[in-house]
Amino acid sequence: MQRSLQIDPGKCTGCLQCEMACSYENEGVFNPARSRIKVFTFHQEGRFVPYTCTQCDEAWCMQACPVDAIVLNAATGSKDILEDVCVGCKVCTIACPFGTVNYNSDTGKVIKCDLCGGDPKCAEACPTQAITYINADETGFDRMRAWAGKSDNQPRVQ
Amino acid sequence: MAWTQKILRVNLSDGSIKVEPLNMEWADQYLGQRGLATRYFIEEVDPKVDPLSPENKMIMATGPLTGTMASTGGRYSVITKGPLTGAIACSNSGGFIGAEMKMAGWDMIIFEGKSPSPVYLYIENDKAELLPADDLWGKTVWEADEMLHKKHQDPQLRIACVGRPAEAGCLYAGIINDLHRAAGRSGVGTVMASKNLKAVAVRGTKGVGNIKDPARFMQATQEAKAVLAENAVTGEGLPAYGTQVLMNIVNEIGALPTRNMREVQFEGAHSVSGEAMHEPRKSDGKPNLTTNAACFGCTIACGRISTIDQGHFSVENKPEYWGSSGGLEYEAAWALGPNTGVDDLDALTYVNFLCNEDGFDPITFGATFSAAIDLFDSGAITTEHTGGMELIFGSAEALVWAVEALCKGEGFGKDLGLGSKRLCEKYGHPEFSMTVKGQEFPAYDPRGIQGMGLAYATSNRGACHLRGYTVASEVLGIPEKTDPLVTDGKPELVIAFQDATAAVDSSGLCLFTTFAWTLDNIAPQIDAACEGEWSVEKLAELGERVWNMERDFNLKAGLTAADDTLPKRLLKDAANVGPAKGKVAGLDVMLPKYYELRGWTNDGQLTDDVRSRLSLPA
Repeated sequence: MQRSLQIDPGKCTGCLQCEMACSYENEGVFNPARSRIKVFTFHQEGRFVPYTCTQCDEAWCMQACPVDAIVLNAATGSKDILEDVCVGCKVCTIACPFGTVNYNSDTGKVIKCDLCGGDPKCAEACPTQAITYINADETGFDRMRAWAGKSDNQPRVQ
Repeated sequence: MAWTQKILRVNLSDGSIKVEPLNMEWADQYLGQRGLATRYFIEEVDPKVDPLSPENKMIMATGPLTGTMASTGGRYSVITKGPLTGAIACSNSGGFIGAEMKMAGWDMIIFEGKSPSPVYLYIENDKAELLPADDLWGKTVWEADEMLHKKHQDPQLRIACVGRPAEAGCLYAGIINDLHRAAGRSGVGTVMASKNLKAVAVRGTKGVGNIKDPARFMQATQEAKAVLAENAVTGEGLPAYGTQVLMNIVNEIGALPTRNMREVQFEGAHSVSGEAMHEPRKSDGKPNLTTNAACFGCTIACGRISTIDQGHFSVENKPEYWGSSGGLEYEAAWALGPNTGVDDLDALTYVNFLCNEDGFDPITFGATFSAAIDLFDSGAITTEHTGGMELIFGSAEALVWAVEALCKGEGFGKDLGLGSKRLCEKYGHPEFSMTVKGQEFPAYDPRGIQGMGLAYATSNRGACHLRGYTVASEVLGIPEKTDPLVTDGKPELVIAFQDATAAVDSSGLCLFTTFAWTLDNIAPQIDAACEGEWSVEKLAELGERVWNMERDFNLKAGLTAADDTLPKRLLKDAANVGPAKGKVAGLDVMLPKYYELRGWTNDGQLTDDVRSRLSLPA
């Protein structure tokens, strides 16, 4: 079964536990500035929105890379950066329509979400289940269930 | 080892900025934040210093767990001598700037001297520089915040800033960070402004590493988070209602100070409660509460984000207040609501917005305004002083007028900036000021919660709920239930809370975790992160050491046992209704016992025994 990160912004409190878990897994330090998942705050509206790579099937970043430094992880479906191949040209950061591949000026390479090899630490750290790691074929089911619950199909009292 | 082991020393007089290694011997004795910064402060500052002179210093300090994955590990504190109290001031704030300081590589920043002209400190990792702030001076916190974000073109920049009342000398100005989190009490913002320091803007991208035992730390923090999630207060009550979960509870037990502490129950309490914030308004059908929100790393998320009805009189034709921002927490809701007799939730929210926008303490402001109503009621203040405004309990219009006058520094607004003690002295009625050591009470009447009377009277920073929150035990039954109406056992309880709190405040964690955690949950997290051995016993002793060190500073500053007291209204006028009816605050019974248990003399002085047992500095 392939799984996907599912994000429900309505549940996010903006605590940044996900960013710390991500940076700790990937960089060995607690450092939101180097997180592959980012939480955006819309202050005026009182909204917090986590955002990261959706692992496109035909990933633009992968197709744009001139040195084949982005490869498919067959086990998880993630598109992973091969650090020793990446030349830091940043073409992938331009190709990604969602902005989820970013350059790391400390290393001269790009970074993006690789689902932590199938055990994404952001989802594990999220205290409100705003980020979950679920069956890739069923990412809409929660929303369907919510709408289904609103449909009026109970027997009417005469 | 969790500390960055580096501090910044910023001399505002000559503009120099130096990097110093952290004193690790002190770190082992005082941990960080409140404890460690106070140790630095007493080493360097004469206790008799005028708080608003260049000779006073101000320290912004993180704890070792600030900026880590420990739940709530985002706190920082501001330590200085407070202008409102003349005592040690230590104000603690959440939000995000504490963690950002740490990510930039700094355990603390020591400010000394006074800049010849307005400046702000800009930090980008190792780079730190003082930049001109002439254009920011005279602006509100929210305006300055926007200007700094634009200037540096960095949406991730974290900013702590003072507002216009701080510049004008309001004695209870705070330092606001991240728009609506505050190092709020005792006038720490007034000290910052007195140094011509408008703001501190920080960007840190280095991260926090150096954890002693990373695997054990991740395990310990994860276990502790589970405890928070499963606890009824931290897992349910606080996320749903914030600290405002207390409004109805405290009112019911007859300990909700009302109309400048004349009474102990407020008939309009429900209208301004956490529950009411969820209810659709009659006017526009929307609730006051937009969402809850977390500070850095916090898995509780008690913060309130509120939106005011656009048609409400306070914001009519003021679209700048139509968006959401930091809403009412319990202490602010009480000070602005029950204590002034106002039950208009959106009016209180608007006043709270202004407290954040312009940087001052809503507790002291609300209590000062209610003291002003008492002065007006007695005839000591008239419409001649107020430019025609009638000061009466229950008037939302008067409350909104007062807060706007304070922000603009106009007319009676200047008087309101004095705080209630000086205001009431100025108009000849010191008895109307509900203060200890010059600082106003928070939202628990000691006639109905006896332990809090002792906690207020002995608090090292003046009346305060965050120095020994016996409400947890006396009202909520944490860690075990005690009878709020009796004085027996309260000195022991107050001391236990005071010492544990001092330890938590030195760690980088939030005190609110202690609704669910004891030091048993906290020690393993510190021990896994920090060099040395960090047991529960060591933390408890550290807390006691910090408490006594603060007390020592206050005594050397000129405070005495005579300052460990409560206003007559609480000692002589009995509660008129509710479960505490007929009760006064039983301080006279508790205080001698408290001194004895602390190992102090009958007149509250530290003894040589205490000094040597706790290895206190001379």
